[in-house]
Amino acid sequence: MINVLYFASFREMLGQANEQLPVGFATVEELIHQLAQRGEVWQQALLHNQNLQIAVNHDVAHRTTLIKAGDEIAFFPPVTGG
Amino acid sequence: MVDFPFIKIQTEDFDLTSELKQLRAGYTDIGAVVSFVGTVRDINEGDDVAVLELEHYPGMTEKALENIRLQAHARWSLESSLIIHRIGKMYPTDQIVLVAVASRHRENAFYAAHFIMDYLKTNAPFWKKETLPNGQERWVDARISDKEAEKRWSANLNTIS
Repeated sequence: MINVLYFASFREMLGQANEQLPVGFATVEELIHQLAQRGEVWQQALLHNQNLQIAVNHDVAHRTTLIKAGDEIAFFPPVTGG
Repeated sequence: MVDFPFIKIQTEDFDLTSELKQLRAGYTDIGAVVSFVGTVRDINEGDDVAVLELEHYPGMTEKALENIRLQAHARWSLESSLIIHRIGKMYPTDQIVLVAVASRHRENAFYAAHFIMDYLKTNAPFWKKETLPNGQERWVDARISDKEAEKRWSANLNTIS
């Protein structure tokens, strides 16, 4: 299983903060394509979003980053702290 | 969760005097302390702001801040440094963030504090949500100017280019 987290406006748009998914993806890109099948809001937030921020196991990651069982993948909008 | 003693993410307010006292504790060779305090404005994008709510990514945020802090220590000669960032609900005039740096000489402390703050703005996973006086809520958009501020440091000069 992998743990997928959504933060800030993504959590509100997608209606959930986190979910467990079976590992069926080699990369973040594949995971995004799978999630995008859920509908337009998912495509808007993840698939067609130029500003999508990705983290894998608390480190900045990219669409090409590899995923393995037990990983924590997070999707979020650009950060606005400080 | 890994504990980083020089990184604090907390809901409660902080006291500058006592934080700086702690930062300097045990050091006798510090000649300069620079601190930056960010505070909540009552106006953003031309609208009044009644409440500001800060969300973060527990675990990743601490790691990102510690990484920024260590980058500053690698780049300038510093004795100690500290980052405090509040989360949860805050109101106009509240303190929200503290970056404090201690060094032998002021130049390093000034640059490092500025660098840490610029990188925090663009690299630490925090998100701001504003509530307007009419109750309308909105997520704050990332600023292009913050990204530009970060880029100034990438020339690898230990000054602002």
